[in-house]
Amino acid sequence: MTTFEAILFTIVTASTPLLIAAIGELVAERAGVLNLGVEGMMAMGAVCAFAAAFSFDSTLIGILMGMAAGGLMAALFALAVLGFAANQVGAGLALTIFGLGLSGLIGAPFVGQTRPRVEEWPIPVLSDLPLVGHALFSQDPLVYVAFGLVLGVAYFLARTRSGLRLRSIGENHASAHALGLPVLKMRVYAVIFGGLCAGLAGAYLSLVYTRFWSPNMTAGRGWIAVALVVFAAWRPTWALVGALVFGAATVLQLHAQAAQVALPSQLLAAAPYLATILALVLLSIRRGRAVGAPGSLGTPFVPDR
Amino acid sequence: MRMELIPRQDPSPVARALAPLAALLVAFLVAGLVVALIGRSPVSAFEVYILQPLTDPWSLRAMLVKATPLILIAIGLSYCFRAGLWNIGAEGQFIMGGVAGAALALGTHGTDPGPWLLPAMMLAGIVGGAAWGAVPAFLKTRFGVSEILTSLFLVYIAELFLDWLARGPWRDPGGFNFPQSVVFESAARLPEIPGLDRVHVGVVFAVIAVLVTAIVLGRTLFGYRLKLTGDAPRAARFAGFEAKRTTLIVFLISGGLAGLAGIAEVSGQIGRVIPDISPGYGFTAITVAFLGRLNPFGILAAGLVLALTFIGGENAQILLRLPFDLTVAFQGLVLLCVLTADALVSYRVRLVKPAGARA
Repeated sequence: MTTFEAILFTIVTASTPLLIAAIGELVAERAGVLNLGVEGMMAMGAVCAFAAAFSFDSTLIGILMGMAAGGLMAALFALAVLGFAANQVGAGLALTIFGLGLSGLIGAPFVGQTRPRVEEWPIPVLSDLPLVGHALFSQDPLVYVAFGLVLGVAYFLARTRSGLRLRSIGENHASAHALGLPVLKMRVYAVIFGGLCAGLAGAYLSLVYTRFWSPNMTAGRGWIAVALVVFAAWRPTWALVGALVFGAATVLQLHAQAAQVALPSQLLAAAPYLATILALVLLSIRRGRAVGAPGSLGTPFVPDR
Repeated sequence: MRMELIPRQDPSPVARALAPLAALLVAFLVAGLVVALIGRSPVSAFEVYILQPLTDPWSLRAMLVKATPLILIAIGLSYCFRAGLWNIGAEGQFIMGGVAGAALALGTHGTDPGPWLLPAMMLAGIVGGAAWGAVPAFLKTRFGVSEILTSLFLVYIAELFLDWLARGPWRDPGGFNFPQSVVFESAARLPEIPGLDRVHVGVVFAVIAVLVTAIVLGRTLFGYRLKLTGDAPRAARFAGFEAKRTTLIVFLISGGLAGLAGIAEVSGQIGRVIPDISPGYGFTAITVAFLGRLNPFGILAAGLVLALTFIGGENAQILLRLPFDLTVAFQGLVLLCVLTADALVSYRVRLVKPAGARA
């Protein structure tokens, strides 16, 4: 394995949690719901996954519990913004603050514990491909799940009847409602799907990526996932590209720190956030204003009877 | 069973005023439940979090000190939120204000600078915070980038910048390698209020900000327009109201007040530069702003309530060994409940039995 292959491998693992969370948020946003609680749902996913995996000594149970935690958090958000038409930006922010606090509380007894390495599952033939084989096809199972999610969601949105309905609900909920589509019901499903994904992304962080729990370990990844959705112009395949770019930024920063580049480590650590702001700016220059955002994004919907 | 929301014809003002209190009550009950779930006594938690601080003079003074940054920041945020803009980066503006003011204190250290230093530090704090707040406003008006994400990412950058200063250029060489600057000289320390032991003058800034904002909202054209924008954006546009200029102005006000809070905390409370000058005041202030219904006097009251959660949280860490995270979770819960309660003031909830049968 060459150095280049090794770096490529770590780029894929670093971008996986971003990708999984971004795909979930993308589906929620395509349905017209802006959920800024990704960071909080991810933190809850990470801590519940670790606590369950550690207690039952099973990575699989951990992953499922992490997803359940993310889904429950999303259900709480859905109750507030879809059930009671609360402001989405504020409620999402509240969910993040709540999730970060609660995850610290739940995780306190588990600080300092570690989990064993999760085995890779090399895919025969494909993993022998030159350059990219190792990085893409000799990974842990969750990386394949992430790829599957991208393809599945892309297919769902573009090619299925339900996907078309979901998009039209996000584009113009009043018209969709007039056509008899179940706006709130589909939005609840979309939001909960987003929560399950954020929980899975958190589980990946604490069980595969770091293999321990530490407070605030999500470190803004949930927010970067939200930015990724904008960056991807609400298209799943672009989310994959964006996640790899951000994963690369993270990995290069870590490598630079290890190689003792003559820059303060804090500046290197700030690089992903600076890059995100820059990316958002460049994108809007190139694309004009807010192109691609679903028409009803972030606006509450109260059906008239 | 299905929930339906029915818009109320005329939302009652009494309900509007009581909504935050109902939200607090619900948040308390849920928090009590969480405490019980982790196997602790909710009753003793209530005692340590709420009753003890309220009956102890030292805690009451500490509450004033904690409420100061919360009220200052939340007052600033209320301008943004009224204009329909989401400044969620006040934490970063707070830090940069503290950094800008501290730069003057450390730059003049040991030179006997004279009485101009403190006012200059406060001004530098306002300018530092406003400059940091201007970035998302500029990016929004110039390029149309959402202010939500940019203001938030700037928090992370500000935190790292402060961390670098405290561990690098500003580290006290005689400080046994601790990541902290030298202690400011007394000329760079905000004085205490006479008669209130350990309560710095910053409290007065918060009260002034509340009064000035009450006047601005009630008596000026700018305040009237701001109210109008929040309530009826289209009407505001017809009133010849310039969105770009407003965006910049409210972010400058908001950033400036957060920056003032930052330098007041560093100069009045901490007395030196350390990597974490804020236990999340900038985020808690968002809850304060909404709990106070974006009204200056409401914010004053809400600031005191959430200051109490900080004091109680510190108490609980010592007495019950409950992590401070419980306080953070509670603050998020309060925000969620307040926003939901506000929605319930505008809508009636009706439960509908499925299959079209009317309940």
